[in-house]
Amino acid sequence: MAEELAETLPRSPGVRPRSAPGAVLSRAAWGLRAYGFIAAMWVRSTMAYRASFAIMLAANFATTSLDFAAIMIMFAQVDALGGFALPEVAFLYGTSCVAFGLSDLLLGSAERVGRRVRDGTMDVLLTRPVPVLAQLAADRFSLRRLGRITQGSLVLGWSVLRLELEWTPGRIAMVCSMVLCGAAIFGCVFVLGGAFQFWAQDASEVQNAFTYGGTTLLQYPPTLFGKELVRGVTFVVPLAFVNWLPALHVLGRDDPLGLPGWADYAAPFVALLCCALTGLVWRAGLRAYRSTGS
Amino acid sequence: MADEGGEFIDVQDLTKTFTVRRRTGLLRRTAEEVRAVDGISFTLRRGEMAGFIGPNGAGKSTTIKMLTGILTPSGGRLRVAGVDPWRERTRLVRRIGVVFGQRTTLWWDLPLRDSYGLVRRMYRVPQARFEENLARCVELLELGDLLDVPVRQLSLGQRMRGDITAALLHDPDVLYLDEPTIGLDVVSKARVREFLRTLNAERGTTVLLTTHDLSDIEQLCKRVVVIDHGRLMYDGPLAGLHEVGRGERTLVVDLERELPPIEGLTGARTVRTEGPRQWLAFPASASAAPLVSRLAAEYPLVDLSIREPDIEDVIARMYAR
Repeated sequence: MAEELAETLPRSPGVRPRSAPGAVLSRAAWGLRAYGFIAAMWVRSTMAYRASFAIMLAANFATTSLDFAAIMIMFAQVDALGGFALPEVAFLYGTSCVAFGLSDLLLGSAERVGRRVRDGTMDVLLTRPVPVLAQLAADRFSLRRLGRITQGSLVLGWSVLRLELEWTPGRIAMVCSMVLCGAAIFGCVFVLGGAFQFWAQDASEVQNAFTYGGTTLLQYPPTLFGKELVRGVTFVVPLAFVNWLPALHVLGRDDPLGLPGWADYAAPFVALLCCALTGLVWRAGLRAYRSTGS
Repeated sequence: MADEGGEFIDVQDLTKTFTVRRRTGLLRRTAEEVRAVDGISFTLRRGEMAGFIGPNGAGKSTTIKMLTGILTPSGGRLRVAGVDPWRERTRLVRRIGVVFGQRTTLWWDLPLRDSYGLVRRMYRVPQARFEENLARCVELLELGDLLDVPVRQLSLGQRMRGDITAALLHDPDVLYLDEPTIGLDVVSKARVREFLRTLNAERGTTVLLTTHDLSDIEQLCKRVVVIDHGRLMYDGPLAGLHEVGRGERTLVVDLERELPPIEGLTGARTVRTEGPRQWLAFPASASAAPLVSRLAAEYPLVDLSIREPDIEDVIARMYAR
């Protein structure tokens, strides 16, 4: 069925692809379809080794659970953290964990730009009639990343049961929006991280500033710390809109910063803005690569 | 279509400059402009098969990358099948096939069969056409037993054949091959060459290949384009290249015993002796047969072999002129 549909799609219109909005949309639709069949191929190929897949899934579940285990241990000593009880913290944790898990599942592979450029396979992606980002993001699509999503969902589910709130349609919609917008923003960070590598393949100094700077400051494992620091800084700012403010709204608490009420609903717009910005940066990165090569 | 006749690939005054930043001090960097491709012009007719040669760093790969739409040219005009490759990359790539000898276009962890399935969907090849093309390549390139093997387990020669198949499943009008025989054994090389010859003859596919191996060119291409330092050095028949470069072949002769350098053979001169072994140079355009028969008649011959001039030599001689 899908095949026949593909055949009726406009093929190679005579105009330049980026000139008409219709062409942009059909290109995006084609990119999504291509993402779908590439990802499906990877799923089929990993499912050939079911036992190994099950182990990987369990390992992913277990390692990502450690984060929440740490929170549990803290709550064994105290009743509230910054005025938040365990179910409330679990709610915050669960929503951001599911959002991150979703984006990691769908776009985590987009980070591999640098390696692709170095080993020359970026050129291979450019010789195929499928948007590069779709090929890159779907590459090695792995359902073992469902481990984190499952873990986050369990924590979220538990918190929802314990929160003693009235689950109005508005609240439920807010939770869904938090997860989806959060996933979109985390996804943007993955893609931005990838796009940045188009310019920074040789800028190891930049990376060293993070890694070695981090080491001397805090005596922390450098590779881990550098990455987490960058992630922390870049994720936190937009996430305040996407996770923190709506969560306060859902939990019926006051916003300590005293932002106007509409900020609670800003998440979809922030997410859209991030996506648009990311799209532009990605295109600029790809253009830079195509003019400089590897 | 307008591009069917005449020039299928049209390159006019193509240039590509890169800015290379070099560290000259602790914090100081200098930017230097490197002309990787410096005003190259050539055209290729539909159905032509040409060799694109030159030493390492001559600009071959950069040119191929511009022809395939991977890289944006810095200057000049470029049309492939009437299309500007870098502006209309996704439109063009449906009509071209690319094989990079040094890296695979296949998915490392997937069996060939799955890789081909993905290629089919990416290029939207109708199922029947796909199966027909695949069956043909599998037969000619002897891939039958390999279809279910993950790419990473294939040998270099098997992988190359797998790559060539992947590049042809969507019936491209042009096939670019970047070093298709590099690192292959003699049998694999022969098979790849034979396949390319058939493809060009039967399907009329335009083929442009870069290589270091002059025998690839000799067996496949009537025409060669030589570039060096980003400039066009020669464009014409292979025989002409030997004349221009005064290419010489070498006859390596093993005699029964150590003898003074062989002399008096017309058209050949001894360039080196080492014990009973002697090296005789003769023009690449001349036949080795009369030389060999005279040697066999006049000297106690044990063994001999012929070495083809390598491309680096030919180009070096072109320079020396």
